[in-house]
Amino acid sequence: MTATALQSPSAAQSAPIDRSRALGRLKSLDNGFRWLTFGAAVLILALLLGVVVSLFIGAWPAFREFGVGFLFSSVWSPPKEQFGAATAIYGTLVTSLIAMLIAVPVGLGIAVFLTELCWLPLRRPIGVAIELLAGIPSIIYGIWGVYYFRPVMQGYIQPFLISTLGNVPGIGFLFQGPPFGYGVLTAGLVLALMILPFITAVSRDVFETVPTVLKEAAYGIGSTTFEVVGNIVIPYTRVGVIGGVMLALGRALGETMAVTFVIGNATKIQSSILAQGTTISAMIANQFADADPGLFTSSLLALGFILFVITFLVLAAARWMLARMQLKA
Amino acid sequence: MTAASYSRRKTRNGIWTVLAYAATALGVVMLGIILVTLVWNGLGGLSLDVFTKNTAPPGVVGGLLNSIVGSLIMTGIGLGLGAPVGILAGTYLAEYGANSRLASVVRFINDILLSAPSIIVGLFVYELLVVPVGHFSALAGAVALAILGAPIMVRTTEDMLNLVPNTLREAASALGMPRSLVIRHVAYRAVMSGLVTGVLLAIARMTGETAPLIFTALGNSLFAADPRGPMSALPLIIYEFARSPYAEQQKLAWTGALILTFAVLFLSILARVLSASVRQK
Repeated sequence: MTATALQSPSAAQSAPIDRSRALGRLKSLDNGFRWLTFGAAVLILALLLGVVVSLFIGAWPAFREFGVGFLFSSVWSPPKEQFGAATAIYGTLVTSLIAMLIAVPVGLGIAVFLTELCWLPLRRPIGVAIELLAGIPSIIYGIWGVYYFRPVMQGYIQPFLISTLGNVPGIGFLFQGPPFGYGVLTAGLVLALMILPFITAVSRDVFETVPTVLKEAAYGIGSTTFEVVGNIVIPYTRVGVIGGVMLALGRALGETMAVTFVIGNATKIQSSILAQGTTISAMIANQFADADPGLFTSSLLALGFILFVITFLVLAAARWMLARMQLKA
Repeated sequence: MTAASYSRRKTRNGIWTVLAYAATALGVVMLGIILVTLVWNGLGGLSLDVFTKNTAPPGVVGGLLNSIVGSLIMTGIGLGLGAPVGILAGTYLAEYGANSRLASVVRFINDILLSAPSIIVGLFVYELLVVPVGHFSALAGAVALAILGAPIMVRTTEDMLNLVPNTLREAASALGMPRSLVIRHVAYRAVMSGLVTGVLLAIARMTGETAPLIFTALGNSLFAADPRGPMSALPLIIYEFARSPYAEQQKLAWTGALILTFAVLFLSILARVLSASVRQK
């Protein structure tokens, strides 16, 4: 400062100029920062758009070659260059369905336990532990599934299912075939374990939004715990719970690592859920790296595009419901 | 109310209570079993070799050095790319955009990206960076990780900045501070540990992702520090070795899984502690 003051002939004259220059610089910096944040926000939009566009361009040759039939064809034959998405879509939906059938009731049960039944000092630690488990990488579930869960499935659970449910008319066909250990059911169960902490954490958060007065009022007129949960907590949080469940479904549909290890990666549809199968993500993970460029790669990209569309719809619905829940809370 | 209906209600309550307890027991036991087997199998293979030797072909004593370094490098680059975007976009949502239409669209899209299947992000980056270049690279892997990490930071940054009381902003503005300085010197500083929380959560997510790396970084059995070439990563080597028929490689897979889990748990716990300290303020 002293240096500039000495250099300039008259400090009093130059001060206002310096000041306005500094102000101008400050203003352009201010604007620059604003545009920087704006650019970053637009980049987030561009990312999603980029995913959609690049997958679609990559998938276009397969869509053009096979048309709508790609969705319904269960053929997957790289040597003959014939591809269809039905097997992978079927496997994705069935494994996710199995996972949801098990994880939703159990997860909601744990959430009820945590919000209504658990001894108070234990609530926070158990809640935190479950939230931490929700963040464990899915490959851990995969490696556990293949080394520990698969042998148990092969040695005990599958033979048991085959000998009992396998003979029941009507649903018997679901439980037939040799017990390999690998298979759609195994993958569904590992997926269930993986999304269980997630469902629990989300539904516990949602249950906690119920105003205590409401619950106390119900307890006050003599309701049992079950009646409070069934008549107050669940109706109050219904939208949020469904949103959380759909968020979990979105995860289950797109999960790769927990599934790839245990599903067996067989590219045909079989009626038995004990049989080996595949899912969209497992198929991409297994075959993409050594797929020939051309129709094979393009078909895998088409599978990816389909998976993206499915999960986008599910996640969008989930977010919409959770947002409605937040408005209420 | 008759005695019969009273006892029926009581029984029903009893049954549902037992079911809730059973669900909790089932969930806790199964998740407990996973952790115990992980520690049991992982600890057995834990030795100094794991951290000092590279992955080796079967028959040779190897470690996980190149994978651990690879994970660190890719997460580092991914963070370098993703953190500025994530934090700036979060800043836009909280400070500039707020209720504008663009902001609500970005918020929605960000939520979708937050839980989009990671393998799809891998495919996208493959199309974007692997196909044009012609070979797999750690840089592509890092970009995929950045895309997965950025939405987490967007979300946390916005949530945290919303905790800053408006009076604080107004006070700074009243002193004549331009908006960007208010944000950088007042708002950011007030919730610094909250921003760090978001970064830590993003690192935790990026460290554990396998699927997007399979056809971007590919993996590498040699030590590689050049991000322009293929590189190994901890989740990739777990994926490879867990399917290996050789016992020593399987053992290393478990050890890698243990290291990975502990790294992720450590980061998440740190993030929780930090974010709790912000909210208390």
